[in-house]
Amino acid sequence: MSTQAIAIENAKAGEVSEAVYEHPFLVRLCHWVNAVALFVMIGSGLQIFRAFPSFGAKIPQKDLINWPESFAIGGWLGGALQWHLTFMWIYIATGLVYIGYQIFSGNYKQVLFVRRNLPGVWPMVRYYFFFGPKPPVREAYNPLQKHAYTSAIGLGVLSVLTGFAVWKPVQFSWLAWMMGGFHWARLWHFLIMWAILAFVFGHLVMVVLHGWNNFVSMLTGWKKNPEYLPK
Amino acid sequence: MKSQITDKQFKRITRRELLKLTPVLALGAFAIPALQKPLLKAGLGFSDWVSAKMFRTGHLAPTFADSELTPFPKFPINGYDVADPGIDFDKWNLTVSGAVRKPGDYILAQVQTLPKFNQNTRHICVEGWDVIGNFGGVHLSDFLKMVGADMTARFVYVECADDYYETLDMETALHPQTMLCYEMYDQPLTREHGAPLRLTIPTKVGYKQAKYLTDLKVTNVLQRVGYWEDQGYSYFYGL
Repeated sequence: MSTQAIAIENAKAGEVSEAVYEHPFLVRLCHWVNAVALFVMIGSGLQIFRAFPSFGAKIPQKDLINWPESFAIGGWLGGALQWHLTFMWIYIATGLVYIGYQIFSGNYKQVLFVRRNLPGVWPMVRYYFFFGPKPPVREAYNPLQKHAYTSAIGLGVLSVLTGFAVWKPVQFSWLAWMMGGFHWARLWHFLIMWAILAFVFGHLVMVVLHGWNNFVSMLTGWKKNPEYLPK
Repeated sequence: MKSQITDKQFKRITRRELLKLTPVLALGAFAIPALQKPLLKAGLGFSDWVSAKMFRTGHLAPTFADSELTPFPKFPINGYDVADPGIDFDKWNLTVSGAVRKPGDYILAQVQTLPKFNQNTRHICVEGWDVIGNFGGVHLSDFLKMVGADMTARFVYVECADDYYETLDMETALHPQTMLCYEMYDQPLTREHGAPLRLTIPTKVGYKQAKYLTDLKVTNVLQRVGYWEDQGYSYFYGL
């Protein structure tokens, strides 16, 4: 199990601290590569959307929203498609390696939200948003965190499936059909992007709130003196 | 039993773990101007390669009931420059060349001797909009047979009256739904929709479906690919 703690002796200060290897190498690698890919996918996706910023008919066309080009990647539709159709493979590859690794290593237990975690969600929400008491920290991820990560991975899978339905609505006509047709697949693809953005926003806020030691653990894998270790 | 290490050893371990992540920096290559273009070209090329592999010659695009058709007046017109290149229909013909046994100029009546078929298929633009249209015409595969085309050639290259040009892979050209279209909604093709003869290909994105055809060449070698492709759009773009 990766949550095996080690003791670190600092002879000079005469202190002993502890550390846990929380994030295995492949998880960290996939996390960062996927983060870059997601950034490019969203940026280029917004540029692609600018070509037809609507979900209705082309004639008459009612534009939904037209954000500035500075929020987008690619500069023009053709350029954005190059970015999108290149980074989608990186996005998919990191997703597959990540999910595959989590399953085969058993490390998924650290992340996967299961029914047992359900009662712990509300106390965490109360603590974060309504000044409730802090629930005891028992493992690397609290129930709300597991819920967020599991949802994010689910959204990632959905973003790929809806993307394929938009890119290949003939070869994957069953996929497009399941989503209510090409029209709807495009809308789902768009809405899932916003859901992922909502996750990313919450994720970044939490990273800032939890400080440097927590952030560094996603770089080195090691977390010093995690709260859940018995004192 | 907990293992114990020194502060120094821990620092060495964490540094090594951090360095393992350096492959992430390889993505920075996409930020280097000199590398960006070739990398994206390779990425798009890979996507095209996958697209060609995914393409199934026997798999048909969905077809739709007449009640699902987009009304003809709402069928968008996306010419790249002019809605009407001013073709004189009486003098028009399709010039066939390349790897064919019977090259030459074919008039519309010759095309129309081939078995006609109609289909209600979805037309999807690269911009993201889509419409369901009714198209009438002949199988491009029948026409290629008529002119004695070498079906083992790789490409069917077309040129248009408005100096638009396009290239189809032979697999798509021979697909049963790939149409040399001369009718929409049971009426002769109008000028802005590509009269007198255009391509409709339900397995391809809109810009592959060239209008106002004037030249068709069966070939293994391309001087140029397509009006949009040569500006950086996907060549295969199969749906």
